[in-house]
Amino acid sequence: MATAYYLTRNHGIRSVAVLEKGWIGGGNTGRNTAIVRSNYLTIPSIRFYDFSLCLYEGLSRELGFNIMLSQRGVVTLAFSRHQLRLMNRRVNALRHLKVDSEILTVPQIKRLLPLLSERSAAGRQIFGGFIQRRGGVIRHDAVAWGYARAADAQGVDIIQECEVTGFRKVNGAVTGVETPRGVISTTRVGLAVAGSSSILAAKLGIDLPITSMALQAMVSEPVKPVLDVVLDGALYVSQSDRGELVMGGGTDVYISYAQRSGIQRVEDNMAALIDLFPAFGRLRFMRQWAGLVDLTPDASPIIDASPIGGVCLSCGWGTYGFKAIPAGGVTFAHLLATGTSHPLARPFTLDRFRTGALIDEGGSSGMDDREPLL
Amino acid sequence: MRIPCPYCGVRDVLEFTWGGQADIARPADPAACSAEEWGAYLFIRQNPKGVHHERWCHTYGCGQWFSVWRDTLTHVIEEVDAIHTQSTRFAQSR
Repeated sequence: MATAYYLTRNHGIRSVAVLEKGWIGGGNTGRNTAIVRSNYLTIPSIRFYDFSLCLYEGLSRELGFNIMLSQRGVVTLAFSRHQLRLMNRRVNALRHLKVDSEILTVPQIKRLLPLLSERSAAGRQIFGGFIQRRGGVIRHDAVAWGYARAADAQGVDIIQECEVTGFRKVNGAVTGVETPRGVISTTRVGLAVAGSSSILAAKLGIDLPITSMALQAMVSEPVKPVLDVVLDGALYVSQSDRGELVMGGGTDVYISYAQRSGIQRVEDNMAALIDLFPAFGRLRFMRQWAGLVDLTPDASPIIDASPIGGVCLSCGWGTYGFKAIPAGGVTFAHLLATGTSHPLARPFTLDRFRTGALIDEGGSSGMDDREPLL
Repeated sequence: MRIPCPYCGVRDVLEFTWGGQADIARPADPAACSAEEWGAYLFIRQNPKGVHHERWCHTYGCGQWFSVWRDTLTHVIEEVDAIHTQSTRFAQSR
C-alpha cells in the first residue's frame, strides 16, 4: 500500500493497481505488535530504519490521517554482561550515525519500569539496558488505512479479494498477471507479499533464501496505566491506549503457513512476562493470533530487481516489516519507477546471498533467541 | 503438534528441535564450486505451502535425528522415517 502511495506521490505514476488476496490491513500490518524503532546495529540498517522512523514522525500530517504515533521510548534489557557489552556496541553504532540511544543503568531502568523485578527465582538478572526515546508504538491499522485512503485519492486501484494465481512471461520478461477475475497486462510487477513470497516467486521460477514461519502476538485484559515504555528483551510488551498489554516473542521454530501459532511460544512468552513482572501473573488474556513472516538468513530484507524482467522483489521483511513500511514503500517505489535501487536500499540485494555481503541483524530483530535457520 | 519419534513413539513437539530442510547435499568439491552453487547450498531453501521433507531431533528424548514429511499449512505429519532406513516415499523422491 505504501509503495503504491509513493509511486503516485514521488514518481507521478498513476496507473497503479494493488492486488490483495484478502482485504487491506488483514495481513501482517494488522497483526504485528505495533512497535516502531530504528535501533539496529549495522550502518545500512540504521540508516534505512531511521529514515522509516523519520517518515513515520511526519506521516499523520502527510496522510491527513492520525496514525497515533506515541514515542514513549523502547527499552531493551541485557540479561548478562556479554549482552550489555554488545548493547554498548549497538548504542555506539547508533550514536555514530546521530540516531538517539542511551545506555541505561539498573536504577534508571527501575525508575522507568517500577513493576519490573530485577532478579528472579529462576536466576535471571538484569545487568542494564538501553533506550531509544524516539521509539514507540503506532495504531497499526491506521497505517494501512491512511496509506490506502491517500493512495486511493491519488488514483491507485485497490483491488481486494483478488488473488494472483500466475504470471505471463515472454522471453524471460513479465507481460501480465493472472487472477481469477481476469488478466492484467503489465510490464512492471512488484511482489510485496510477506509470508507468501516464496509461493509467488515460485510461480515465476525464482528461488528465494526465505523461510516462512508464524510469529504470534497476544493481548491481555485492559488495566490502568502500568507500563509507560515499550519493553524489548526476552519478549516485547507495551500497553495500548485501551489499557491492554500487547506482547509477542520469537517465531515458531518450524516452517508454518498456518496463521496460528504453536503452544510452545505462548508458554515461553507467558513465562518471560511473569518472570519480568510477577504482578502481571494475575492478568487474564483475551486474544492471541499469528502472522506469517518471511525470514531471510541474515534478518534483513530484500529490495531488489529479480532475474525475471520487469519483476521487482520486496520480501524477507521477517519480524521487522511494520517499522519499515514508509522506508520500504519509498525505496520499492523508487526501484519500480526508475529501475535502479534507492541509495538506502542498495545494500539489500538478492545477490548478497551469492557474494556473502550479508547484513546480519539477527540480534536486533527482536528474535535473537531463534533457532539457527542453517 | 505431536510428533511420532521413530524410536520413542508419539511425543509433544516441545521435546523436539526443528532442523530445517532434509537431504541437503554439501557440494562434493567446495573449492570448485561457483559462488551461485555455494550460495544456493548455504541459503536457498524449499519453503512450500504443503508437504515439506524436514529433519527433527528428539532433543529432550532419545536425542536422535530423523526425517519427517509434514504439511506446513495443517501441521499433519504424513510420514516419519529414521534417516538410515529407506521409506517408500524416500525411494520415490530419488
